[in-house]
Amino acid sequence: MPRTTAPWEKEHKLLVKAEEDTDPRYGHKPAERPIQEYVRFGVLNLDKPAGPSSHEVTAWAKRILQVGHAGHGGTLEG
Amino acid sequence: MTGVLPVALEEATKVVQALLLSGKEYVCVMRLHSEASEARVRAVLEEFQDVIYQRPPLRASVKHRLRTRRIYYLDFLEMEGRNVLFKVGCEGGTYIRKLCYDFGEALGCGAHMQELRRTRAGPFTENDGLVSLYDVSYYYDLWKEKGDDGVIRKFVFPMESALVLLPRVFVRDSAVDAVCHGADLAAPGVLSLEAGVRRGDVVAVFTQKGEAVAWAKALVGTEEALGMEHGLVAKTLRVLMPRGTYPKMWRRE
Repeated sequence: MPRTTAPWEKEHKLLVKAEEDTDPRYGHKPAERPIQEYVRFGVLNLDKPAGPSSHEVTAWAKRILQVGHAGHGGTLEG
Repeated sequence: MTGVLPVALEEATKVVQALLLSGKEYVCVMRLHSEASEARVRAVLEEFQDVIYQRPPLRASVKHRLRTRRIYYLDFLEMEGRNVLFKVGCEGGTYIRKLCYDFGEALGCGAHMQELRRTRAGPFTENDGLVSLYDVSYYYDLWKEKGDDGVIRKFVFPMESALVLLPRVFVRDSAVDAVCHGADLAAPGVLSLEAGVRRGDVVAVFTQKGEAVAWAKALVGTEEALGMEHGLVAKTLRVLMPRGTYPKMWRRE
């Protein structure tokens, strides 16, 4: 079957223009963010069950994790 | 429908826009309205590769107009009686329900979408720490009880993980805060970027530590950007990093 390259099948090649160190005093590597910040800038990969809407599932996740705001990445309805 | 549903928390909510537009993959059970041979079904599925034209269903809350959606791949998996199982990789916003209806029309006897499971949404797949709501509840309680941060870090991912499919541009610390204030990205601030970026492409701007700063629209292609000493390389579209994370270091060109 003829296939078009999907975005996740594309190769990513990085070309360097210049090099410079980053100051350890500012920011964090994402995985090393202090836990409160880590969650505030976090994303879940949720397995949506059949039945409830994507909106409802997102609302439940918000409530369980006690966060004030959340958004989902594309409706899975019906 | 079930399957991969990325949920962005708090500040990370800004990345959902990137996810909504991203490619998806589904496994679908389509029910034919009468018997058809596997050979016929496979042959008609072939016709739905690449670009298809479709109008969203009347019930969907989007404007009712003709638009194109790219099908990256459409793989026949198996068939039993009138049920056809297939896997499809497609552009964000493709209505699989409509695809099944159109397939039925092309086949002649009609068909409808019986069941759908999303196996990929952008960079997120079923194999990337997929958790159920039960898992989330369990891990959260465990964290509250034991106080071990490692539990949370296992199933919550940094928002940067939502951006890995976008071409990346890495910038100097001195360029970060300006972009956080909405400034466009200037050539001197660029340290590295991905090959193959063309003018108009959406790119993600990162610090040397791998933190997402913003996403932007490329004003020039990779080759040109690499050769530029002055001028703008990308127009900032959406800031992701809070201002002041990196100090103001406005550089004079």
